[in-house]
Amino acid sequence: MMISVASGKGGTGKTLVATNLAASIGSVELLDCDVEEPNSYLFFPDLEERESSDCNVPIPVIDEDRCTRCGRCSEFCAYHALAVFPKEVLLFPELCHGCGGCDLVCPEGAVSMGTRAIGKIHRARSGGVRLLWGELFIGEPMATPLIRAVKAEARGDLLLVDSPPGTACPVIEAVRGSDFCLLVTEPTPFGLYDLSIAVQVVTRMEIPCGVVVNRSGIGDRGVYDYCEREGIPILLEIPMKREIAELTSRGVLFSKVMVEWQEKFVHLLERIEEAAK
Amino acid sequence: MKQLVVISGKGGTGKTTMTASLAALAKGEMVVADCDVDAPDLHLLLKPQVRETFDFYGLEVASIDPEKCTKCGKCEEACRFCAISDFAVDPAACEGCRVCTVVCPSEAVAMTDRISGHAFVSDTRFGTMVHAELFPGEEASGKLVTMVRELAAQVAEREGRDLVIIDGSPGIGCPVIASITGTDLALVMTEPSISGAHDLERILAVVEHFGVEALVAVNKHDLNPDMTERIGELCRDLGFDLAGKLPFDPGVVGAMVQRKTLVEVEGPVGDAIRDLWDKIRARL
Repeated sequence: MMISVASGKGGTGKTLVATNLAASIGSVELLDCDVEEPNSYLFFPDLEERESSDCNVPIPVIDEDRCTRCGRCSEFCAYHALAVFPKEVLLFPELCHGCGGCDLVCPEGAVSMGTRAIGKIHRARSGGVRLLWGELFIGEPMATPLIRAVKAEARGDLLLVDSPPGTACPVIEAVRGSDFCLLVTEPTPFGLYDLSIAVQVVTRMEIPCGVVVNRSGIGDRGVYDYCEREGIPILLEIPMKREIAELTSRGVLFSKVMVEWQEKFVHLLERIEEAAK
Repeated sequence: MKQLVVISGKGGTGKTTMTASLAALAKGEMVVADCDVDAPDLHLLLKPQVRETFDFYGLEVASIDPEKCTKCGKCEEACRFCAISDFAVDPAACEGCRVCTVVCPSEAVAMTDRISGHAFVSDTRFGTMVHAELFPGEEASGKLVTMVRELAAQVAEREGRDLVIIDGSPGIGCPVIASITGTDLALVMTEPSISGAHDLERILAVVEHFGVEALVAVNKHDLNPDMTERIGELCRDLGFDLAGKLPFDPGVVGAMVQRKTLVEVEGPVGDAIRDLWDKIRARL
């Protein structure tokens, strides 16, 4: 079973929920797919068996001897990653999506596909929790191939995916294929607006969803009214408490200190399993 | 014309609240642009009255004509984005590369434009606002960011404003890069937590990579004074100015609920933002 943890708005507590849920369950694979800013691993200071490898994407390699500068490749490239000049072909690797179109359309066979690294995939273990996370290199715009690569390494029966914020392509890639999506929000106008966009995304992807209200007690009733109106279950509320905020700010899983929360997170998993049926 | 962008690696550190407050302080002198196109919230505080609407064309999308398709499977094999299965295109996965149109022997694949969102030019109580909505799940958010920035620059020119304030998105990827390139100053928001510090280090590396000047502000600095101290050291080590420290104030959420900026209500955060604004002006 794959459970993704998402939210439209950033900073609502996706990682807080994903990490505390993982630690409370004890035996699970946690995939941090917020590859632009991966933070889950920071909450597991006792990481063992840590190793990493590069995430490579395809990239064209031009054989300048064979190339006649006909310009077909740059004409075809939908991403403007190739520019053909009289004496050379310039490649802008960050713009390339690796589709291989240039290779296909080159009449001289001057293009072959090589690879280049856009980030790292890290693996580690903390007790029964196996962690996988992607780390996008600085200056790289495209997160989706790395997210895809992280997810391809998953092999457990129970997978938790910590998604990036937003509602655009990296989120789609992270959430794709999940059996249930947990949407973390805060009870404020910003939280509500971004939750409503996130609900549209998962509904369109036909993934059942439920809500975790983080920092409950602040703001207004908008999120609650919305969930009731839309028939979306609120599966857990985490109150606004200074203790939780302080523990989290230091990189401590609050459920390890406020141990009554472990049961609540295990119960959350049960409610998800029920709702996903 | 100067461009100021408000960004953060980590989400939820107060970019939008900050942008709205700066827009209020620069009332009548600026154009404000919401470039957090896939989770835009600035409109909730600025309540824009839409003046003009523009269609945003994202990536093209492939479609297969079942009448012409011979089910040879060549397109599925060639597609690097796994967007074709059972001789149909998944529009959410298609990146518009057109490789399928080349490999199809029976001309069954066609590309069509798709409207992936809208951009708006609107009136607010502080001046003109340019904003956008990306349809949920669409690609090309970076391209829409660029469109919003171009519109904002045109409007600023037309209205004789010499400042554009840009609300960016969290992260370090394509929409962030599209919002910071070529700006005069980035205000980087963070919070005193292990995640905030980690993400700040990465976004500052991005800012440096693209040659953008930056100031840093710590939101809710008193929630973890030790971590704020560490962030201060990090900024010093990396050569950035920690220009603002905003105190934790439960009244901030109250202002948001009333749809007000923090300089329109009484409170310590508003004062801190005014101080920060003076530093920003001096840098610009």
